[in-house]
Order: sequence, then C-alpha cells, then structure tokens
Amino acid sequence: MALETLQIEHVPSDHHVYAALFRDVQNVDFLQAQLIGKNPEFEYAFIDASVLISRTHLFAAIFRALNTLTEGTLQTPNVHSDIVIGLSPTNNISESYRRYGLTPFKTRDVLVIKVVYPKLSSENSTISSSEPPTPESTWQHLTTHIQGTPVPVTDEELAKSTDWAKVRKYYKLNGVPGVERIDTADEEGRRREMEGLVVSGIALRGL
Amino acid sequence: MDTSPSSPPTKKRKMATDTTAAEQEHQFPLPAILTHPSATPPILITQGAEGRLYKTTFFSPNIPCALKYRPPKPYRHPILDARLTKARLAFEAKVLERCRREGVPVPAVYAQNAAAGWIAVEWIEGAPVRVKINEWLGQRPKNEEEEKAADAKDQGPLVELMKRIGAAIAGLHRTGVVHGDLTTSNMMLRPPTRKTTRTTEQPNGVSEEEAKAKLLEGYVVIIDFGLANQSQSDEDRATDLYVLERAFASTHPRAENLFEHLLESYKQTFGKKGVSVLHKLEDVRMRGRKRSMIG
Ligand SMILES: Nc1ncnc2c1ncn2[C@@H]1O[C@H](COP(=O)(O)OP(=O)(O)OP(=O)(O)O)[C@@H](O)[C@H]1O
Ligand SMILES: [Mg+2]
Repeated sequence: MALETLQIEHVPSDHHVYAALFRDVQNVDFLQAQLIGKNPEFEYAFIDASVLISRTHLFAAIFRALNTLTEGTLQTPNVHSDIVIGLSPTNNISESYRRYGLTPFKTRDVLVIKVVYPKLSSENSTISSSEPPTPESTWQHLTTHIQGTPVPVTDEELAKSTDWAKVRKYYKLNGVPGVERIDTADEEGRRREMEGLVVSGIALRGL
Repeated sequence: MDTSPSSPPTKKRKMATDTTAAEQEHQFPLPAILTHPSATPPILITQGAEGRLYKTTFFSPNIPCALKYRPPKPYRHPILDARLTKARLAFEAKVLERCRREGVPVPAVYAQNAAAGWIAVEWIEGAPVRVKINEWLGQRPKNEEEEKAADAKDQGPLVELMKRIGAAIAGLHRTGVVHGDLTTSNMMLRPPTRKTTRTTEQPNGVSEEEAKAKLLEGYVVIIDFGLANQSQSDEDRATDLYVLERAFASTHPRAENLFEHLLESYKQTFGKKGVSVLHKLEDVRMRGRKRSMIG
C-alpha cells in the first residue's frame, strides 16, 4: 500500500492531490482533536467514508474546492476544510463538518485527502519547515498517526463503506421521481442515477 | 460514471503548453478551465452565437463531458455582461438539475463556474435527433409516389421516435420548464446499451433491414437549456411546441406529416393539461400565420 496521487481532469498541474483510505480507524477522537487544535502537521481533509459513494463523488468535491482555491474564494480557513464542506449540497457549514467530517466514536472508515500546491509566502507562516510534503513523507505521517487498516481508494472499497440511508438523506434522494422510475432490479442504474444527482448537488451549491 | 484507480503521477499528461494543436485548430483561446491538464485535449464541437461547446473529460479520463463556455461579449458593458452570463448559466444548471430529479431526460451537471462563464455537463452518446432522422429519410425512396406508398407501411420506427419526443417534452413541461429553443438539434438520440448475447447469436452480423430498424432506436435526451424559462402557462408551452413544429417542417420537410404523432403522444402523456396546450397551439399557429402574412 502507498498513498495514491489522484489525477483529476482540469486541475492546475502544480496542484497535487493525494488520497488514502483507512478502515476501522480506532483513534478518530485523536485525529479530530488535531483538527480542532489546528495542529499544522494535520493539514488534511478527513472525510467520514460512509457518506461517499464513489471516486467520482469524491472528485466532485475536490474539484469544487480546488476551483474555489484558484479563484481565491475559499469558504473555510483552507482548501482541506473546503473539500469536506465541498461534499455538501447545502450552505450550512457547521452541519457539513458534522455530516461529512469526523465524528469520534461514530466514524469508522476515514478517507484522507492532502493537497500540495505552491502557497503564497504569507500562507506559510504557520509551518516551520519549508520543505513541501512528498507522497512518501505524507504516507509515513498518516500511517504513523492513524490507527486503522489502509486499503486502496477504489470504487469497490468505497462501496463497502457507503451508508446509503445517510447518502439518501443528505442528498435528498428519497422519493425522487428520477430515481424511483428506474426498476428496483436495476441496481446499477439506480446507483448511477443517484451518483449523477449527488454530483449535481455538489456542483450547484450556492447558485 | 465508473472510475478506475488513476495512473501514477509519472504518467505524461497533456499539458496546457502542448495543446497547441488543439488551440490552433480552435482559433479561439481556450477558457482558463481548459488550459489545465487533461488526459486528452478538449475538442471544439460547435461555435454558436452565444458560446462554444467543447467535448472534454471531467473528473476522470473515462468520463466524457460537454463543456459550454460563454466568452465575454466585447460590445457589452463588462460588469453587466458578467452578471448576465452568470445568471443565465446558473439558471441553465438549475433547470438541468430540476429536470434530472424529476426524471426528465437531460444531461447531469458535473461542475460549473457560472461567474467564469462555463458549465460542464454529462456527454450524451449518440447523435442529434436531426442527424438520425435525416439518415433515416435519406434511405427512403426518392420518388414521391413511391414514398407515399411506402409511408403507410414502414414509417413505423420514425412514428415511434416522434412519440418518444412528444412524451419527453410533456415530461419537461410537467416540471414547469419550457425549453425556449426546441429543435431536432437540441435533442440527442442515445443508442440503447446492447446486451452482448445478441451479437454472439448472430455471427453474420445484422441484416440491412435490421440495421435500418435500429437506426432510430434509443432514448431521447433534451439538451441546450440556454433559453429555458420557468412557466406553467398554456401559451408558453404551446409556443415551445410551435417553435419545434416550424423547425421540424423546415429541417425535415419530408416527415412533416408525422408531426401529429408527436403532438398526440404529448397529449397522451400530459393528460388534461395537454389538451388545453394543444388547443392553445392552434391560436399560436394562427397568429404565426398572420404575422408571416404581414411581415
Ligand atoms: N451534453 C451533450 N452531449 C453530447 N453532445 C452535445 C451535448 N451538448 C451539446 N452537444 C452537441 O453540441 C451541439 C451544440 O450544443 P448546444 O445546443 O448546447 O449549444 P448552442 O446551440 O451553441 O447553445 P446556445 O443555443 O445556448 O447558444 C448540439 O447540437 C450537440 O450536437
Ligand atoms: Mg443548440
């Protein structure tokens, strides 16, 4: 296992996006505490994997956040927290953290995203070392501090974590005619349709 | 939208600097979003009055998408122009999402930056309905007499297509949206995804007859909501149908007589409301005729 570098279409070439998935994480409370304490060594997007349905779903939120980063219109303190709230189809930021971020003693599987990009010097003030993190150093750091089993970030592995009841609720997919008209036997057809609606929800937030 | 784990970072990707071929071909500078790397260079599909449509990929190299870009209009005040473009694209995106939730066949929205003038939507495979109907008509007898005789017999697949279009428009209108620019170019015919078992049964391939019957198979998807509006009025709905009727008659004069099947299916699908829309359509036609007599 190693950190995966995500290739996302139409993202600036000097922006690097790394991803990892950890199953049955035992120290979610510790990870959450690092975020709350603004520990500069934990500049990550930590996502509760149960709300993710696929890589495409994940990519939609990352793309959105990178786009706001480029435009200089981040809604939260940094691109990592913007990725977490980027998953939300609604504008309620604290609710979005609760739903898509970590919840100690509830979150089991954790999807981690790390974005490395050329920062303005002013943005670097909190970080003591000037060396940008590499995939190797990031992987080292994650496996040292996350008590869980790393698995590849594939659609198959993500599907194992998905809590569809939550996804349906958060993205308002219950009783939607566009989904209901598809034969219940056509599970893949329904899944695709819902993925389309989830991605649209992410893309349209704020319009 | 299946994705597979992407390739390692060492893989050479198309960079902005080596899309020059594409860019030269385009003759237009690409919108900023398309200057960033993607697995394959964007292709300019159309250059309309309002904007350009590119075929590209989104999120992953295996997800094709249609990216609509509305460049700034040099003759309009820049702030006003930006505001209008943004509002227009935002509305288009919202209409698509609404339709999609309601089960009206339209592309899904992948991403947007309305302020920067673009929206990226699902790429619909297949061809515009216009192309498919013309292909079909092109295979028909050229002689008018023969054609008339043949009409009754084997226009079946085209009649079925007309009905599917009518039903799709009824679904659209039912959600409270009028399209504003209904033409057979603004509808795609997405071929059905075939089960592989059929072809293995027929090692000699499909007969000409069968291929012809398959030409008009598929799912009608409505695209281009650039002029759409929210409306529940009979008048606006009838105008939508009238615009299509006129466009249809001039694009496919040889099939003009089949338009009634579209209207009939619209009415069937829409029920009571459909009846009053078609009633209104007669008024709209009448006014249209008067106007063209004066003009
Ligand atoms: N989602 C799509 N999938 C596949 N092809 C598309 C899609 N959207 C557009 N096209 C192709 O591009 C052509 C032009 O697209 P569209 O009608 O949206 O642009 P336009 O007419 O230039 O827009 P507008 O009328 O708003 O200025 C279509 O006729 C179709 O062939
Ligand atoms: Mg068009």
